[in-house]
Amino acid sequence: MKKIKVSLIYPAGDVSKPITYHLVRDFNLVINILHADISLNKMGKLVLDIEGEEQDIENGLKFVEEQGIKYKLFTKTIIWQEDDCIHCGACTAVCPSNALSMDKSDWSLTFDREKCLICELCVKSCPLNVMCVSI
Amino acid sequence: MGYKSFDEINEKIRAGKAVVVTADEIIDIVEEKGLKQAAKEIDVVTTATFGPMCSSGMFINFGHSDPPIRMGKVWLNDVPAYAGIAAVDAYIGATELSETKGMEYGGAHVIEDLISGKDIKLYAESYGTDCYPLKEITTYINKNNINQAFMFNPRNAYQNYNAATNSSEKILYTYMGTLLPQMGNITYSTSGQLSPLLNDPNYRTIGIGTRVFIGGAQGYVAWEGTQHNPEQNRGENGVPVGSSGTLALIGDIKKMDRRFIRAAVYEKYGISMFVGIGIPIPVLDEEILKYTTVRDSEIFTNIYDYSVQKRSRPVIKKVSYAELRSGSVEINGKIISTAPMSSLKKAREIAELLKQQIRTGEFLLTQPVSNIPRENRMSSLDVRGESNEKD
Repeated sequence: MKKIKVSLIYPAGDVSKPITYHLVRDFNLVINILHADISLNKMGKLVLDIEGEEQDIENGLKFVEEQGIKYKLFTKTIIWQEDDCIHCGACTAVCPSNALSMDKSDWSLTFDREKCLICELCVKSCPLNVMCVSI
Repeated sequence: MGYKSFDEINEKIRAGKAVVVTADEIIDIVEEKGLKQAAKEIDVVTTATFGPMCSSGMFINFGHSDPPIRMGKVWLNDVPAYAGIAAVDAYIGATELSETKGMEYGGAHVIEDLISGKDIKLYAESYGTDCYPLKEITTYINKNNINQAFMFNPRNAYQNYNAATNSSEKILYTYMGTLLPQMGNITYSTSGQLSPLLNDPNYRTIGIGTRVFIGGAQGYVAWEGTQHNPEQNRGENGVPVGSSGTLALIGDIKKMDRRFIRAAVYEKYGISMFVGIGIPIPVLDEEILKYTTVRDSEIFTNIYDYSVQKRSRPVIKKVSYAELRSGSVEINGKIISTAPMSSLKKAREIAELLKQQIRTGEFLLTQPVSNIPRENRMSSLDVRGESNEKD
């Protein structure tokens, strides 16, 4: 089994295609939607975690391409240098997926890597430079 | 009303018998025991904050070289310092930018590096005089080979502060962090019910000469801070709604710890410095104790629209810190996420540390030699020149 993170870029007019349905039914993939910005007749973006056999993932992505939908694999990761963090929370102001949030019990920063969309907004907004991107 | 004096509390601290609690803890204690009983039992309440405070900086005396130099212009790691004072004295402001690295590195980083024990490059120029013939010097300094390095921060520990949002269509980069378009977020920056001046709203115990925890060292309140604005609107509980009183603080850099002083860079805004401050409040009487029981739900601030680039920005909503801390605030039916800019976790660590230091007799209280003003209205700057000109 393999797990990848991918963003699908829908051209305007193509958002009506039931892509995730086919990925699940035809290619036996486990789909988790992390972020969706989809409206009818507008360009759209869907960020997914896809889990399955390597061959199934490959075939699934080929199918996506055949539907005229571009995809981009996430190859980078965000690194949180926790030891140097002061837990101010400035990064949580810009995190679109709530991957970065404050633990209300002790007001420490928590980072849920599964939810991270690698948008890199936290890297720029961290006043102490403790968030960085690894390629 | 009156129970204890500063001297009596210090006697108890010296004897290891003082009862010290944090401003978070006092709320439940008073609720359980009642004000009268708690005022008898509790001696000191500790408060703290750890937030970005641009109005910070350091005086430094380098010692004399041979031959000596009357330093006219000074750079520390390429960051300009102000040298228009005595021969080898300078002041470096936290927000000053490096002439080679720009916004990546500034005065706050020089201060943090010095506290960390690193070598700092000193370059100075002079016109040369009979008693100070040297015209240029390049050397390295660190906290062990200089005479003094003391922080003098003209404005710290703001008594409350605005919350910020952005109603425009474009992203804004501010000292309140990155503000997303169409009111995409709200940011705020105080430690609320733990914050020093919110626990002593009328400055009854915090005044000139008050010993404070600053950056890990013991320092003092030197004066009222710049933009001290005690006549801000106040709620029925006496707590100001929005930015009001401020303190000028002083402390020995050589005794500070990097855990409590950190340089900060705000994207497309500039440099600032996180300053860790802890202030003890002696429980002299019931009224003083009552003020320390203030809760986040009783402290209010205004959310301002930072997209309006004017001195007076429109108020979007008045909110309590309890609402801000809840993670979201509702404005016109829309739920907007909130995010802090100052670290409550670190503020709690400081309040706890100060509590321990007082309990073990390491930190004694001082009675202010003078109060900071309770009356003082903030002035604004009117433009009187006919055109922009520099003489």
